[in-house]
Amino acid sequence: MTIRLGLVAALTVSTIASAQTPVGDARPVIVASKPFGESYLLAELFAQTLESRGIRVERRPGLGATEIAFGALRSNAIDVYPEYTGTGLLAILHEPLDSSMLIDPRRTFAYVARRFNELHGVQWLAPLGFQNGYAIAVRRDLAQRLNLRTLSDLAREAPRLVAGFTSDFIGRPDGLAGLSEAYGGGMRFKAVRPLAPAVKYVALVESAVDVIDGYSTDGLLSKYDLVTLVDDRAFFPPYEAAALVSPRLARERPDAMAALGLLSGRIDEPSMRAYNRRVEVDGEPIPAVAGSILVSLGLTRDNAASVKPSATGQPASKGLLPFLWGRRAETLALTLRHLQLVLTALLAAVLVAVPLGLVLERLRTGAEWVVGGLGVLQTIPSIALLAFMIPILGVGVWPALVALWLYALYPIARNTYSGVRSADPEAVEACEAMGATAVQRLLWVRLPLAAPIVVAGVRTAAVITVGAATLAAFIGAGGLGEPIVTGLALADSRLILSGAIPAALLAIVVDGALALVERTVRPLHLRKRERAEV
Amino acid sequence: MTLDLSADGLLHTYGDHVALNGVSLTVPAGTVTALVGESGSGKTTLLRSFNRMVEPQQGTVTIGGSSIRAEAPEVLRRRVGYVPQHGGLLPHWTVRRNVALVPRLSGMPSPDAAADAALGHVGLDPGRFGDRLPRELSGGQRQRVALARAFAARQQVVLLDEPFGALDAISRGDAHEAFERVRRELGFTALLVTHDMAEAARLADVIVVMRAGKIEQQGRVGDLQRSPATPYVRELFERAQAAFSALGGGAL
Repeated sequence: MTIRLGLVAALTVSTIASAQTPVGDARPVIVASKPFGESYLLAELFAQTLESRGIRVERRPGLGATEIAFGALRSNAIDVYPEYTGTGLLAILHEPLDSSMLIDPRRTFAYVARRFNELHGVQWLAPLGFQNGYAIAVRRDLAQRLNLRTLSDLAREAPRLVAGFTSDFIGRPDGLAGLSEAYGGGMRFKAVRPLAPAVKYVALVESAVDVIDGYSTDGLLSKYDLVTLVDDRAFFPPYEAAALVSPRLARERPDAMAALGLLSGRIDEPSMRAYNRRVEVDGEPIPAVAGSILVSLGLTRDNAASVKPSATGQPASKGLLPFLWGRRAETLALTLRHLQLVLTALLAAVLVAVPLGLVLERLRTGAEWVVGGLGVLQTIPSIALLAFMIPILGVGVWPALVALWLYALYPIARNTYSGVRSADPEAVEACEAMGATAVQRLLWVRLPLAAPIVVAGVRTAAVITVGAATLAAFIGAGGLGEPIVTGLALADSRLILSGAIPAALLAIVVDGALALVERTVRPLHLRKRERAEV
Repeated sequence: MTLDLSADGLLHTYGDHVALNGVSLTVPAGTVTALVGESGSGKTTLLRSFNRMVEPQQGTVTIGGSSIRAEAPEVLRRRVGYVPQHGGLLPHWTVRRNVALVPRLSGMPSPDAAADAALGHVGLDPGRFGDRLPRELSGGQRQRVALARAFAARQQVVLLDEPFGALDAISRGDAHEAFERVRRELGFTALLVTHDMAEAARLADVIVVMRAGKIEQQGRVGDLQRSPATPYVRELFERAQAAFSALGGGAL
């Protein structure tokens, strides 16, 4: 029953979604990025380059991670995002390393470009001109004390050191496991702590850990004067940055392809590190930095118009309150968008889950299984559920709504089912014995008595949805998750708070509003009301 | 006009348990018959066969000579009053709205007026009690409201399932008085399930003793007491008489 309903809902939604997607040249070029600083900056650079050639652009910054961004690109839900050849080889193609590729970045690029085209119809444009590989970094004082210069040195000293690696690095085949193998089974650290990208530099500088994985163009490497160790056994493959382009764009938009091609070979590694530093360390707005790159490359036609306000566009020096106040208009817009996502998903969930709970209560047989099945949906991590949606619904609002809707079903259906089921059995039976029809019993007795429990389920669902909706930013649906994701990527705690604080307040407000609803639907006999005894 | 009740050859089982094992019974129009017997003897199943809350697997039931299967269960039930053990009042409805339930379902022109009249019959002032909620009444008052609901639409037949069993002695006495008054004034046919022999003796014209899905014996209270057909009926009456006498009562 649920499966069928769910399927119908999913089909309906996907039909609407595809019907609303314009086709052909009317559609703007959708430029996306992954959620870290350099990716944001390169995507903005792509976008401004396209705009400088008169091509309409839609921005979807900060898509979840490699799987989500690439999944969206392959299905034409986005058109272009910056990717790295090493990541393409190891994390997307999942192909073993061929030692000949490690020596020559051009061979890696040629191989990856050919395989992507064969397998997915996805195109790599010629590399931008710099590499951004893994950079294993340590503090300068530690490097001097232990005489650390290469990764072989690190392998020797590892048992005395605590590593703080991103979970990405710990899990990837080209990460810790491969590294340890390549260095003769060394790299047995005293401890390995998984760290979020946002905190790893701080953890290293504060000596909470001794070694971290960074990217070679990270601006923070130079800010904190860290030492990157030389990969003397050439374990890491080349990570050449390039624009990765969707099959649709490659096929239908030669103008956009030509515009993006203007950037090929134009950015070297020192320049990129300097640009990243301006964003990550100096807190310059990403659009401004991208605009100045365009100017210095001589690609702009109208540089005044190309700088736009952005989520990250605040000077780093401001305190939290002035920062939040300065962003009030944007925060309001994001909050409204967030609320829109939450309310739409919640309303759709109520419309499906309440009737579903009633049907289950009537069927009884199998009801626990169906409700249990909805409960299992609840255990799927949000980010995984969002990733599953992409092949069906692409990126943006629709997959986010469907995922939020799925999460909201369980508490509502469960409470409706249990609430109606447990509603005063004697009163319900008496009503039946008086000649009330099933519908009358439902409307007069069972639903009114169950109403507070049903609304309590909606409250639970609402609070869950407000929280889960912050993750919708990973698939480009906007909302208060947007500054959170960007802030995490740029290690900017003020930006994170500018999304997290309104999200928490929103949860409290939505819960409070539904508490009022719960009071108004409370049956007469449960209201706290003094009645004079006559 | 009152109606007689009749059951013929009823057979009903719940899994392995035989609740009714070939039961036939007639309740003459305008009389009250009490069903007594231990738990599981089939008395409630028999009672509920008359408003189709139980559909016996075999046998026929008629009210006023016509089969109760001739009309939809909902329509039948609006003509047959019902008082469950704990009243079964809707907790979120006022007393007046509760009593007006069947008049409203039956499409009577002014259900609230019918409800107020019925409340008057059971000795509850509608002006004082009509707007209260069930939880604001005593147990005895609640059962009287349930009784009022069972005849508010001028039902000719009333089924009562241990309606006064959970009340204290004084409340029960009040409820008995209310029942007798209503019956005198309105004259319906009633079937009453009880395990209180004194209550059966007081309210019913005929007592039917049930045991293991069968009717052990039926007749007027004096007849059963004087000439019990089985040792079980004899013991039932001896026990009840002993309890009654201990309180200084005379013959049941």
